[in-house]
Amino acid sequence: MGHGGGGVLSAELMEHVFAPAYGNPTLAALADSAVLELDGARLAFSTDSYVVRPLFFPGGSLGDLAVNGTVNDLAMSGARPAWLSAAFVLEEGVRLTVVERIARAMGAAAEAAGVTIVTGDTKVVEAGHGDGVYVTTAGIGLVPAGVDIRPQRARPGDAVIVSGPIGLHGVAVMSVREGLEFGVEIASDTAPLAGLVAAMLAVTPDVHVLRDPTRGGLAASLNEIARASGTGVRLRERAVPVPDAVANACGFLGLDPLFVANEGRLVAFVPGSAAEEVLAAMRAHPQGTGAALIGECVAEHPGMVVVSTGLGGTRVVDLPLGEQLPRIC
Amino acid sequence: MKYIDEFNDPALARRLLDEISATATRPWALMEVCGGQTHSIIRHGIDQLLPEQIELIHGPGCPVCVTPLDVIDQALEIASRPDVIFCSFGDMLRVPGSDRDLFRVKGEGGDVRVVYSPLDALELARKNPDRQVVFFAIGFETTAPANAMAAHQARRLGLTNFSLLVSHVRVPPAIEAIMTSPVCRVQGFLAAGHVCSVMGTAEYPALAERFGVPLVVTGFEPLDILEGIRRAVRQLERGEHRVENAYARAVREDGNPAAMRMIEEVFEVTDRNWRGIGRIPSSGWRLTEAFRAYDAEHRFDVGGIRTEEPAECRSGEVLQGLIKPTECGAFGTTCTPRTPLGATMVSSEGACAAYYLYRRMNGPTPQAARATREEMNPVA
Repeated sequence: MGHGGGGVLSAELMEHVFAPAYGNPTLAALADSAVLELDGARLAFSTDSYVVRPLFFPGGSLGDLAVNGTVNDLAMSGARPAWLSAAFVLEEGVRLTVVERIARAMGAAAEAAGVTIVTGDTKVVEAGHGDGVYVTTAGIGLVPAGVDIRPQRARPGDAVIVSGPIGLHGVAVMSVREGLEFGVEIASDTAPLAGLVAAMLAVTPDVHVLRDPTRGGLAASLNEIARASGTGVRLRERAVPVPDAVANACGFLGLDPLFVANEGRLVAFVPGSAAEEVLAAMRAHPQGTGAALIGECVAEHPGMVVVSTGLGGTRVVDLPLGEQLPRIC
Repeated sequence: MKYIDEFNDPALARRLLDEISATATRPWALMEVCGGQTHSIIRHGIDQLLPEQIELIHGPGCPVCVTPLDVIDQALEIASRPDVIFCSFGDMLRVPGSDRDLFRVKGEGGDVRVVYSPLDALELARKNPDRQVVFFAIGFETTAPANAMAAHQARRLGLTNFSLLVSHVRVPPAIEAIMTSPVCRVQGFLAAGHVCSVMGTAEYPALAERFGVPLVVTGFEPLDILEGIRRAVRQLERGEHRVENAYARAVREDGNPAAMRMIEEVFEVTDRNWRGIGRIPSSGWRLTEAFRAYDAEHRFDVGGIRTEEPAECRSGEVLQGLIKPTECGAFGTTCTPRTPLGATMVSSEGACAAYYLYRRMNGPTPQAARATREEMNPVA
């Protein structure tokens, strides 16, 4: 299970199995989507499989994730998402009404994100060989001229910005899956981010890095960027927006909000000189009202993410091994 | 969240740190007993902010770390059985047994489940009458009442398919063992607040008196810990050795009588092995004769398993505060969270894990944690 958690084990699978098997320079960029040139146009191309349990949770469903996830992977290259595919793997016995609900959610999410689902596929596996419904989406988008967004472009002096409160999606899913109640309902933050990215690019096309911190959370995304660019990241712990409900749930379970999954957030590295302007543009967009400057990219400790604690100490924030595990007490 | 933020206030922390600096006229070595405190200290960088005279020694209070290898192997043996649903708290799953861990057993087809309460395991037993449901009942005085409650409820409900693999340990005998060690350097203790919230403080005055050490009951937020240190240092400077409660919002002198009654009804005191430390008299609990039917060790006849720790692992010395994790030759090289030699490297409360996770600015690079192709284990 750990190999799907977005941490060290996932990275190893990529490094040791997939990259050697189909290695090429585009794949080696390890961005959320591949950017490909075709007859002068630059296309972003991405695919992802969605296996969330339960299929429906506060704030969204498997269908929303399957659309927003791929839309966001395209947006993280600065692309304007255009078309999606949708492939279903259904477990024998799953109710048609469930499939219908998911499909409708996908239709609505696609409309909201401004993309069209233009092709698809359906397979059925025997009962006991699946979790009800799995969905794989692939997407294509167009990268505007002059935009070059990839993890390798982070550089010392960049401001590190997150688009809003973190941890809501992971805690929302956990609360339903494990039957945990935290006193307040926590809804997933799943949302399409292409519009927010367009608003940021309108301010400055020189956005260096974008990443949506899904599995592995903010910590995994920042570590991947630090390693890909060979720079360091310094976060200010108190500047990271963690909703009270997430902080309480994480405290209760012994989890770190920095490692909890998000679905409707992005982290951006932009030139320090453009930070205030980009922040203002983000805050003016519905998906970025809670945007915050959380740290900066530094030349010290290359490849590492370090947090300044609220008390004035420092600590390393590493890539998680696999999934976080709730502790005993 | 206001309630938590109040205990994480930088201005108040600065004031406490200044007071500690002004009070300490010479070096003092304090042990924080609980692994939760250790992680809070390292996570917030408290040890970096303290004056040089104050050394914090990390204690044995991580229940995952001290669960003996024999018991882990018993758990692995039971969890591998096709008729068993094996339930555990999440942080036991990566703890290495002799040749594998519970994650590996799960990957090999064992029905291993993470639960958040022993009562969840009890519910699983009720819903699966044709399966044996076993709960891994480890921990200090904090988890003992709920685990006792699970056995109590199982008997009340007449469940015959539920049992506990018990490895409970108690804090006061561990303090005694640390203080009687000839190489002990500990001059005062930050006692674990949540343990005292269950058991009260009645067992501590005798320890403070016998060993001449201050014992300050301390919570887990940064200001709790700084206040605990401040009070312990003040006592040491004055030549005092008393029990003080710096966690009054959670701890009463008489503890939680209902929880203690539940423990007494179900458990009896016994000698226990502590991983890396050895046998400590009267340092644990086991099910009483009346509850023996719910003892997984007996039900699955795994009491005969005996094991040996890897010689390279110095987690026992870490747990007794004799060395810092970074003083172990294997730290960060052959021993990482990916390839742990001992439980202190994988437990979320383990001192080695805390140093590895938060303190490698000058140590091995993060890539040290990455496996080579040969080390990858797709099953785990």
